[in-house]
Amino acid sequence: MANTATPPRDHDASEALAERIRRADAEGTPLRIVGGDTKAFYGRPVQGRILDTTEHRGITYYDPVELIVSVRTGTPLAELEAALAENGQMLGCEPPHFGDDATVGGMVATGLSGPRRPWAGSVRDFVLGVRVINHEGREQRFGGQVMKNVAGYDLSRLMVGALGSLGLLTEVTMKVLPRPGATRSLHLDMPLPRALEKLAEWGRQPLPITAAAWLDGALHLRLEGGPSSVAATADRLGGDELRDDFWAALREQRLAFFSKEDPRPLWRLALPHHTPVIDLPGVADGDPLYDWAGTQRWLRSELDDKTIREACTRAGGHATCHGPHLGSGGTAEPFTPLAPVVAKYHRNLKAELDPKGIFNPGRLYAAL
Amino acid sequence: MNILHDDRLDGELPRIDKAAVLAELQRAAPGLTLLHREEDLRPFECDGLSAYRVLPMLVALPETLEQVETLLKRCRALGVPVVTRGAGTGLSGGALPLEQGVLLVMSRFDRILAVDPDARTARLQPGVRNLAISEAAAPYGLYYAPDPSSQIACSIGGNVAENAGGVHCLKYGLTVHNVLRVEVLTIEGERMTLGSEALDAPGFDLLALFTGSEGMLGVVTEITVKLLPKPETAKVLMASFDDVEKAGRAVGDIIAAGIIPGGLEMMDNLAIRAAEDFIRAGYPVEAEAILLCELDGVEADVDDDCETVRRVLEAAGATGIQQARDEAERAKFWAGRKNAFPAVGRMSPDYYCMDGTIPRRELPRVLKGITDLSAEYGLRVANVFHAGDGNMHPLILFDANREGELEQAEALGGRILELCVEVGGSITGEHGVGREKINQMCAQFRPDEITTFHAVKAAFDPERLLNPGKNIPTLARCAEFGAMHVHAGQLPHPELPRF
Repeated sequence: MANTATPPRDHDASEALAERIRRADAEGTPLRIVGGDTKAFYGRPVQGRILDTTEHRGITYYDPVELIVSVRTGTPLAELEAALAENGQMLGCEPPHFGDDATVGGMVATGLSGPRRPWAGSVRDFVLGVRVINHEGREQRFGGQVMKNVAGYDLSRLMVGALGSLGLLTEVTMKVLPRPGATRSLHLDMPLPRALEKLAEWGRQPLPITAAAWLDGALHLRLEGGPSSVAATADRLGGDELRDDFWAALREQRLAFFSKEDPRPLWRLALPHHTPVIDLPGVADGDPLYDWAGTQRWLRSELDDKTIREACTRAGGHATCHGPHLGSGGTAEPFTPLAPVVAKYHRNLKAELDPKGIFNPGRLYAAL
Repeated sequence: MNILHDDRLDGELPRIDKAAVLAELQRAAPGLTLLHREEDLRPFECDGLSAYRVLPMLVALPETLEQVETLLKRCRALGVPVVTRGAGTGLSGGALPLEQGVLLVMSRFDRILAVDPDARTARLQPGVRNLAISEAAAPYGLYYAPDPSSQIACSIGGNVAENAGGVHCLKYGLTVHNVLRVEVLTIEGERMTLGSEALDAPGFDLLALFTGSEGMLGVVTEITVKLLPKPETAKVLMASFDDVEKAGRAVGDIIAAGIIPGGLEMMDNLAIRAAEDFIRAGYPVEAEAILLCELDGVEADVDDDCETVRRVLEAAGATGIQQARDEAERAKFWAGRKNAFPAVGRMSPDYYCMDGTIPRRELPRVLKGITDLSAEYGLRVANVFHAGDGNMHPLILFDANREGELEQAEALGGRILELCVEVGGSITGEHGVGREKINQMCAQFRPDEITTFHAVKAAFDPERLLNPGKNIPTLARCAEFGAMHVHAGQLPHPELPRF
């Protein structure tokens, strides 16, 4: 249900959302939770009545000195980032938007992080607390507005990446970081094996690297920190200057590599640090894009999901299909199937927290 | 509070004959070390919260995964509760035994299985000591970041169970931010891998859910942690203040200047004097408060940051600022802080350590509140504070040999925690709920939120055999004790966010 008018910047719609959830639970009607609808490609398609969060918006608490922000989940991500930037701060996880309408709720529900992730942390790492409406339509608070909190189970972080399948996120509290004093981006021509070797070597040293991606025969690096250390490291590593907006283009998948013209499914390979090139039939070493210092690799491939997954599992990682959905040439299961015991406890948890299966059923796995 | 498991308030526990349990476990797991005589059980009657003691029915000291698996399966079949214990250094009674339960001690799993310098990971058995990880990683220029003050003795399995912190959390995170993967055994004896050596794993984030779950959802049998490169340099500034509030404001000013210190600690006058008397760290004993600010990273940046922090501290009204001249003096400055607990222990026969967290802006109000409560109860309180991340450790001084004084200390502690909740904070930042803060959970959470916690527990352990009576109170307990505590709606300052 698209809004006919632009909603106000600050509006608490939690009671209306709770009422819709109570009704859906009573009727047993599945809900498809939608914010900006920029990440519908992620996960399995959901059939259900649309539950639109975009009227529930606004920053409810922000104190730059506390390094903490609380924000309603229907708030546009861009609006949150602009408010932080005004105070010289940022979201450390550098989340991708994938569209102008991306919301805070979508960032948390998908848990997707950007190029800074291996050094600064993921969305989950920065979440301190959530408000979530449960299947009975009650808004509950877990975690808090403090940096350290171990009271009760960590349901806040459990919600990150759960794709809305355990409840409706209505507010999230995150730790924010000061923006770095200096930034330099470098382009170093370097064959892939040498790049992987250098990344392992530099990883053991306290260097101010905050992004590292290899593509098109070159290692792309971002240095951030104090002006002195950034300058000294840039001098030491050499290479050419790279435009800083390269990282936004990488994060938002606007580089030529991600071209929508390419009909082949897009795979994300998540691998341990220092994983060598993954051997896949018909895939040359230099075909994937190596982000996150090689721990997140993007691959365009028509290989079947089993072949790709087995190779990643052998290396200690996993593989996710970022689209298209089944029917448009993609795979039925975008996420790596879980081990039977782990799957059993996923089902138990879903049954306990969403007994009638109203929250985004089937988005993560068919059984959830 | 009543430390014994109370069937009426904590839920009924099965009464199983000790001899029958012992015989069954000996039969099912012939090689398993089982302690059952009172003199052998005695050393396990408490963890780091030594005011609470209960003799377990049996102690199991397994050495193989198969033994743990068998033990869990048999205990489940018999309906016997299992309390898991690591090094026993926990401060909230999370490993307090049950009279009718088996204490599963994981300390014999003490091997470092692998250190991979290229992947920057270490694979560990749960009984490996926290400090031993950094020692094993040191030859590669790496270390493990979380450093609880018990790091010489506490084990990584316990760190995961409690989501342990330390003095470097603001910059480097808690245990949950530094663990990549754990192997667990469920109460049914099933093996499960949570997390991955990659930076994420498919499905729900059960790794985050298990971290800090206090042995209520499963038993951790192996841990893979992330290692970090050692910072090139670390420098410490010590600032003295003639007023605690000024010191509190200086903390915010440092962060407002865009600096995230590696460590930012505050101590009040009583804690300063105790530490100085014990360690001779060179602390100014006349100061009302000191701040220790450690800046780490690349040399050039650290020098710039030291200058910035010095200016901020001067502007905030510091009466003296000292920068540690060398590594020896830096270590000395920290030694005072790291030994603050035992130092305070020398001033009083007993002390009781609290662990509330608050938004930093509330520091002056909470310190004032603690001073008032201290006067009301007639017990001295020393304040040691992870100021950077709002985690307070008020130490209540008392004498357990004086009739009723332990109860008074507990009551004062409870009031301090409620004050933390009232200003938007939490009853525990890093020590856990355990048995100690079970009643205060009723102040932190509403009944329907507690019901959700029970639902999570039921997903993994429906018969509630793992560590029953800890971490999450029953609604019956909250109905009885929650009434004395703050409740949303009856709180002063309703304008405050109640998260």
